Amino acid sequence: MGMTMTQKILAKHAGLDFVEPGQLIEAKLDLVLGNDVTTPPAIDVFAMTCACGVFDRNKVALVPDHFTPNKDIKSADNCKKIREFAKAQGLTHYYEIGDPQMGVEHVILPENGLVAPGDAIIGADSHTCTYGALGAFATGVGSTDLACAMATGQTWFRVPEAIQFVLKGTLKKNITSKDLILYIIGMIGVDGALYESMEFAGPGVETLTMADRLTICNMAIEAGGKNGIFPVDQKTMDYLAQFAPERLAKKDFTVISADADAVYERTIEIDLAEVPMTVSFPHLPENTKTVGTFDEVTIDQVVIGSCTNGRLEDLRTAAALFKGQKVKKGIRCIILPGSQRVWKEALKEGLLEVFADANCVVSAATCGPCLGGHMGILAKGERCVSTTNRNFVGRMGHPESEVYLSSVPVAVASAIFGRIASPEEIEGK
Amino acid sequence: MNAKGKVFKYGANVDTDVIIPARYLNTADPKELAKHCMEDIDMSFVNRVQPGDIIVGGQNFGCGSSREHAPIAIKASGISCVIAPSFARIFYRNAINMGLPIMESTEASEGIADGDEVEIDFATGIIHDITSGENFTAKPFPAFIQKIIATDGLVGYIAKK
Repeated sequence: MGMTMTQKILAKHAGLDFVEPGQLIEAKLDLVLGNDVTTPPAIDVFAMTCACGVFDRNKVALVPDHFTPNKDIKSADNCKKIREFAKAQGLTHYYEIGDPQMGVEHVILPENGLVAPGDAIIGADSHTCTYGALGAFATGVGSTDLACAMATGQTWFRVPEAIQFVLKGTLKKNITSKDLILYIIGMIGVDGALYESMEFAGPGVETLTMADRLTICNMAIEAGGKNGIFPVDQKTMDYLAQFAPERLAKKDFTVISADADAVYERTIEIDLAEVPMTVSFPHLPENTKTVGTFDEVTIDQVVIGSCTNGRLEDLRTAAALFKGQKVKKGIRCIILPGSQRVWKEALKEGLLEVFADANCVVSAATCGPCLGGHMGILAKGERCVSTTNRNFVGRMGHPESEVYLSSVPVAVASAIFGRIASPEEIEGK
Repeated sequence: MNAKGKVFKYGANVDTDVIIPARYLNTADPKELAKHCMEDIDMSFVNRVQPGDIIVGGQNFGCGSSREHAPIAIKASGISCVIAPSFARIFYRNAINMGLPIMESTEASEGIADGDEVEIDFATGIIHDITSGENFTAKPFPAFIQKIIATDGLVGYIAKK
């Protein structure tokens, strides 16, 4: 019996030749991540483990991004605690506000060359699964697991079963990788991949950019998945050449592919040309509907950004559609570049000017309103179209507000028309 | 070890944002978090919950964020056990690490009504609904997980070792 990509990566990190689903293993980690919500409690637990220091000061990344620039005194105290810990431990991957490499954790770790094929990564943030786009195993854990991993460089895993998604064809115009992952979550449900790995394969993979793959893997958790993972190809290598040249030069990574006789719990074939323009209605990502098949939904706010859709490619898409257009009067459109690098590139390319001319407001890189932190909280009864990843009750503010998850093109069109709209309508305007 | 209390019953996919909304995540103090536990799904929870009470949820309980603040808030509010047909995987791991007992049972989740008085024997996995007289069984925890829960979580367990 062969192994899936995930199983092979886990076996390698556990020092085993073979693992099978359900097996409990102890694995060595290549990177351990925490943010400003999950790290403060982890620092307390770390102290209780009596470890003299972190296992490797180059393999612990701490990213203050959720409530930053700090929204209140408690958040500032939390960030101070992380800052002092990072300094005391001599961490090389601590990203201060304003640092050229700072930003939203799952945008900056790949951009800063900290992720490569074959890595095993845990992060105290559920969207850590994003890094599977580079052919790495990455999954979210809590603060206690983060603390113990900071101390030991290891953690335990239950080897997951897998669902294979065989992609064929090409996405149609105005349909994006976000539509694809929302469509998949709508198909299998928010616990459709519970405890399992979501393994992407097939000829359709090569049509997806690295930004696309990062968006798709980012939302594996919204189907209950342990991780999402893509095979490694030329696009992965080109991405490494751009963002992780040192690791590429040193060949400090391992390309692992699934065995031909790997066993999957099930295989789902998807023709990318059939993926519809998809929006997730409140209050679960699985409540998907196809744009054009529902009654008018008027909105109050649009959010474009986050670890799901805050990359340069997303901002380029948004600016191309916003050019010469205006956000409808009375609607707020908030754009959050995913990192300082993305912000600066967007500035150089003139994207920020397009947004300002269209009457959008551009924020610093932060998670901000995605989790209802700050920078765009919703009032009672308000509706928001957002390129983020969750639309739970109260996610972006008042428990009686509503979040509709969409792609970047649908978000832009919705901002222009003040209702959930298709980008095709902009062309016809 | 046993648990006994009144049941608070909720539906499927109870997410970490309704268990403890992100607007309160600027602290990890259990007492502060307990004040807002379940706030966005049940405003009356914090005023009604008594030490020992039990939450019964539907499938995929605890889906969403990796915030350990969610099991911390539930435990600090006095809840002695959460019963559901299935749990989201990060919540499952966090609950055990925090020493919050959780039990998987579809029958109990379906059979127990809101407000029922329920008694749980963690060693055998027997869930007894005192109000209806019905018995349900869940898979009991292995010994080491029972020890983690008895020592108030993974940290206490490691310290004791």
